[in-house]
This record gives sequence, structure tokens and C-alpha cells, in this order.
Amino acid sequence: MAKELPKSLDQVETKTVECDLLIVGGGNAGCFAAYEAKQVNPDLNVVIMEKANIKRSGACAAGMDALNTYIPTWDGKTPEDLVRWSREQVGGGPIREDLALSNAQELNQCVEELEEWGLPIIYDEDEEHPHYRGSWDISIHGEQLKPIMAEKAMDSAEVYNRIVATALIMDGERCAGAMGFGVRDGKFYVFKAKATIVSTGGACGIYKSYTSDGTASHHQTWMCPFNVGTGYAMGLRKGAEFTSMEQRWVAARTKDYCGPVDTVSVGYKAKMMNAKGEYFLNERYAHLGGDKAPRYIRANAPMEEWREGRGPTYVDSTHLDEEQCKNMLTDYLNERPSFVLYLAANGIDPTEQPVEVYGSDPYIVGGHTGSGYWVDMERMTTVPGLFAAGETAGGNPNKFVGGCAAEGKLATRGAIKFIEANGDVNIDESQVEAEKARVFKPLFRGKDFDGLTPEEIKERLQRLMDEYAGGTSQFYRCNEEQLDYALKHIKLLQEQSGEYITASDLHELMHAHEVFDRIDVAEIVCHHLKGRKETRWSGWQTRSDYPERDDENFNCFVETRKNPETGEIEVFTRPYERIVD
Amino acid sequence: MPPKVDWEKCDGCKGKDEPLCEQICPGNLMTLNENNKAFCRPYRHCWDCMSCTKVCPVGAIETRIPFQIGYHGAKLIPMMGTDTITWTCQDIHGNVTRFRYKNRTDED
Ligand SMILES: Cc1cc2nc3c(=O)[nH]c(=O)nc-3n(C[C@H](O)[C@H](O)[C@H](O)COP(=O)(O)OP(=O)(O)OC[C@H]3O[C@@H](n4cnc5c(N)ncnc54)[C@H](O)[C@@H]3O)c2cc1C
Ligand code: SF4
Ligand code: SF4
Repeated sequence: MAKELPKSLDQVETKTVECDLLIVGGGNAGCFAAYEAKQVNPDLNVVIMEKANIKRSGACAAGMDALNTYIPTWDGKTPEDLVRWSREQVGGGPIREDLALSNAQELNQCVEELEEWGLPIIYDEDEEHPHYRGSWDISIHGEQLKPIMAEKAMDSAEVYNRIVATALIMDGERCAGAMGFGVRDGKFYVFKAKATIVSTGGACGIYKSYTSDGTASHHQTWMCPFNVGTGYAMGLRKGAEFTSMEQRWVAARTKDYCGPVDTVSVGYKAKMMNAKGEYFLNERYAHLGGDKAPRYIRANAPMEEWREGRGPTYVDSTHLDEEQCKNMLTDYLNERPSFVLYLAANGIDPTEQPVEVYGSDPYIVGGHTGSGYWVDMERMTTVPGLFAAGETAGGNPNKFVGGCAAEGKLATRGAIKFIEANGDVNIDESQVEAEKARVFKPLFRGKDFDGLTPEEIKERLQRLMDEYAGGTSQFYRCNEEQLDYALKHIKLLQEQSGEYITASDLHELMHAHEVFDRIDVAEIVCHHLKGRKETRWSGWQTRSDYPERDDENFNCFVETRKNPETGEIEVFTRPYERIVD
Repeated sequence: MPPKVDWEKCDGCKGKDEPLCEQICPGNLMTLNENNKAFCRPYRHCWDCMSCTKVCPVGAIETRIPFQIGYHGAKLIPMMGTDTITWTCQDIHGNVTRFRYKNRTDED
């Protein structure tokens, strides 16, 4: 933390960095993007702009217990099979099969590289192949996953830690880098680049987490609460097209502590059970696949049990013996370590007592569902020179660690081709001054200013989205009138946050920008939810006024584009193309 | 779930450019107070990823479950080796379990 805060805008130093390729967000996808750049062209000048410290940032900060996508080719499985599975997970589509297939062709190599770099992968007793906990996911002891990826990224690129990206730089229609501020040094940063990859992860905290009221756990969320959707917000303000933002990711998680359920339900064959002792997936959802039903069904099912008066709901872990239980807890320690502490703090022995589950708050995460930038095969967004990888890139769900890594590489290859074809950028400096003023404004309102804290505004947004745009308290349901209400208040939140938000230090200034970004993402989420007038993925997307699936009108992508001049949001559709039989 | 810092043990990472917990937290939450002792700001923003707890060289940080969602007295203490991690967990009834495994396959 800078000891002396600047007192006015002219005291804020601007630091300009020029590079060939800029990567915004050094997470899973960003680290692999940097690594790939070094492999393809070691002379390329690559820079990573990272909000946290790359060694422990984003979704993988605590570690992982599995790599959810690794194709067992020795079993005759192919990338096409993975695409078919991914399509089933979204009820048969729509899904960008072109993107999914190219990711699937790339991801095994990424997993093998992680192993070479020192990631312990768990093997079956015959030692020949990794241990599969489901059809595609292999077990790892991934506590060090993030530091391992970060070391490769640091060898491949110049990393600027603790720089919060806030806006893209434009050269006419073309993206020419990004700007932001140093949350430690208080400087304004301008990164000029010939191509930019945005890999800032998804958006958490658009909706309220149900533990956020009345507990000291405001961030008891599954997704990393420090990824707030800035990557989406920066692009939508420049008119980029977004796809499938209505396909929110909601998951059945352990209750009160938002911990993993697949680990125990898939990895240790524990079945979901309701208060009456019924294994409801097999009893009520057998026609949809029972325990193997698509993810959105498994996510929504326990909440349906609650809604119909059959809660609490559990995963029944009581069949586990001591050794299996210890292995399961080890998995937890590798991914969400403090869940083990939660069990200890509630005196729960999973071999004797089932573990309670509940629905999470909704997240916008294009590595899990289809939300994100509309991209072409090079992973270029509709803004030339701007590429997206990982959770930020849409249309292609179920990427997870391996798929996000693969997409980082693909985006880099696309970006390098773009640089070769388009060369240098030219920047009109007036946009730099305007952004600098916008960024620091909340810091210079003066002591006597009667303003609002970022926290107050965030809480109002989260409650609004929870109650009017299908949050946990509404069992994920919403209708046209609720969404109109939400949009009306989002406009007010945009106005009032711009006018009144104050920050007392650089940490709070970061929160102020997180709030601006979340509000702008929330706005397009509501437009997407309004655009899909059917119910396709109950839980992920439920319209109480259109409860049926409507294949005739909606087996397509819902898209939005915000007009940067007028602020109007255009909603339209794109057809779904089935490529894999 | 916020980390609790033992100010008797915390030495502010004396001699280091940046205190390790401050350097590592993905949410920029850990910082030092005027007496060079670490604390988490704001308290309820913690994601309980335990990165700070793992990195503290003197074991001054303990991750806690807030009472609203977990009873008092449980502990989970990580110990980092070069290529292994050891966790000691104590539940509210005093039962202690230990977990030790490799977290890196390279040995440098
Ligand atoms: C708790 C948890 C458990 C999971 N378990 C598994 C599992 O077992 N197996 C599996 O395959 N997948 C798992 N996943 C999913 C997987 O981790 C993600 O899909 C994937 O890692 C996302 O990669 P990403 O690069 O898109 O985002 P991240 O890795 O989150 O990277 C985003 C990066 O951008 C940075 N950033 C954010 N905002 C800004 C900004 N404004 N300026 C600069 N930088 C910024 C962040 O600090 C971060 O470094 C899990 C996810 C979570 C959260
Ligand atoms: S890492 Fe430990 S010793 Fe260093 S400042 Fe943080 S709490 Fe104190
Ligand atoms: S547990 Fe994680 S989020 Fe919480 S203060 Fe420590 S490093 Fe930060």
C-alpha cells in the first residue's frame, strides 16, 4: 500500500508500457496464453497485467482436486465424444461446437504439460493411466496448481502484479491495449499493445450469496469473489457482442459453506438425498439421467426439493469407510481447504452423517456455461485486436482447467496472426486522460462529500439481482416484470454510483471499480434473461412466465451488443450450428 | 471466513520488501496496521482460500469459520514443506486428524 495517497489528479503518475501482446488477467488461461507466446515466437514482447499476485490469483488460488476435462484416448475416446458430452450438459444445445471441438483437440497436451511442470496427477493402481473420478475428470493433488502455472508465465512474459484493469484502449475500431491503476503504488498504467487477450475470469458477486446476510462471510461463494466481470465490462463498453449471458452457472454446493459437491457425489458415488431419505435424482429425474443427469438438472434438483417442502437436502456420504473419507477430505484440502475446517467446526463426520447441500448463488462464467464474448475460431471478439480466453469467452461451456488452458493457447495463436497482419497501433491520448480522470474520481471527492461507499452500492445491486433476476432466494426464477424492475433500478444504480461513489484508499478504489463493472454486467445479464422467452436450463435459466422449452424459437444463441454512444442494448439471436453428429 | 492473526507471533515479515501475506492474498485483503502487524480488511471479504495461512513463515495466521456458520474451537493448520504439505485438523470434540501428501513432483 502506498503510504501517501495522491491528493489530486495531477499528482497521479502515469506509467506507459508498450508491448506486442498484452494479457489482461494472469489466471489459468492467461498463464497458458503467455507460455504459448514464448513457444511460438520467443522474440515477442509479452506483458501480463494482473490484479492480484499471479502466484495465487483467480479461480485456482486455493488449488484444485481434479482436472475436469482430459480425454482418455487409450479408451478410444475422441475430442468429438467430449463435444457430445458437453452438448448433453446443456440439454442438447445451443453450443458453439466449432469452438468446443478445437478446445478438445488441444486440451490433453495442456494437462500433460502441467504434469511435466510438477503437478501431481493421481494414477490408478496399475500406474498406467490417471485415475478418473467421472467420465472425463482426473484426480490431482493440485494444491500447487496456480504457483506451477505462474512460474511458467513468469518465464514467458513480464508480469505486472496488483494492476487493476479498468478499460480498453482503442485505435479507432481496433483494441490497442488496456489501462488500469496500481492498487499498491497508486499509479495510472497504460499498456499499449498490438493485440490484447482478456482472460480476467468470470463474474462473481453479481448476485447475492445467501450467507452474505447476517454472517461474517460476505464472500462465501464458489467462484473467486475477486473476479467481478471486469473483462466483460471493459468490452461491452466498447460495443463488443456477448452471447448466452442468461446461461448462468448455478451449482449444488455444500450448504452454508459453498463447498464442492461433485467431489463427493461423482468422485465417491454419494447420492443426493432429501429430508425423507429419498434419493431424488434417481427417483424423480430418472428419465433425464438420474445421477448422471446434465449439470443444470443436478444443480436445480435439490432446490426443487426445498421448494416443495422436502428439504433439507444432502449428499449421502455414510457409505464411505474411513480410508475413503480421508481421501475425500484430502481432495477437499486441495481445492477448498477450509471446507474441512467447516466440517470440523460443525462436528460432522461424513461417514456417520450426510453432508448438507443447497444451491449456490448464480455466476457468469464462460468456462462452465456458455456466457461471454462472442468469438471467432481465433478467439477474437467482435472488437478487432481483442481476444478472449477462459471464462471470458462464450458459447463453449465445460472448459474448466484443461479447456481454459487450451483456449489461452488458441487465443495467443490468433493474436500473433493478427499482429503479423495488422502491425502497430496509434493512440489518441485524449482517451488516456479521460480514463485516468474516471478511474481516480472516487478518491478525490473531498472529506466533506456526502457520498456512497462501494459496499453499499454492491449490496443494493446484489439484493436487486437476487430478488428480481432469479437469484437463490427466488429458486432462480424470474419473469418479464421482475426483469424490467431490475433494469429500471440498474439505471439508477449506474447514475448514482457514477455521481456519489467515494473511496478512502486505493483498496476501496478497487472496490469502486468492481461495483461499476458488476452493474454493467448485471444490465446485460437481465437483457439476456429477457431475451430468452422459454425455460431451457431450469436453475441456470428459469422463466416462470415461460416455463416450457421452445425449440422452435429458441434453439439458438441470445446475443447482446451495447451501443457505446447511446448506451442502448440491442438484443438479437444467432443460429445454432450442429457440427458434430 | 476471515483469518485471525496472532500478533504475538506476527513480526510484519521484518526485512522483507512486502509482507508475505500481503503479497499473496488474491483479494488484496491482508495488510499491516500502524504497529506492523497483519490484519484482514474488510474482515468479511475473505474467500477463505488459505493462501495467507499457508505462506506465513511464522505460523501466525489461523483461518477461522465465523461462529454464524461453525462452532468455536475447530482448527486447521497447514505446514508447507518443499514438495509436501501437512495439514492438522482438530474438530470441536477434540479429535485430531493429520493429512500429509506430495503437492509437487519436482524436487527443486
Ligand atoms: C473453487 C473452484 C474449484 C474448481 N474446481 C475445478 C476442478 O476441480 N477441475 C477443473 O477442471 N476446474 C475447476 N474449476 C474451474 C476452473 O478453475 C476455471 O474454469 C478456470 O481455472 C478459469 O480460468 P480463467 O483463466 O478463465 O480464470 P482465472 O484462473 O480465475 O483467472 C482470472 C485472472 O484474472 C485476474 N483478474 C481479474 N480481474 C482483473 C482485472 N480487472 N485486471 C487484471 N487482472 C484481473 C485474476 O486475478 C485472475 O488471475 C474450479 C473453479 C473454482 C472457483
Ligand atoms: S506473513 Fe505472517 S509474519 Fe508476515 S506479516 Fe503476515 S502474518 Fe505477519
Ligand atoms: S484466506 Fe485467502 S482471501 Fe482470505 S485473507 Fe487469506 S489469502 Fe486473502
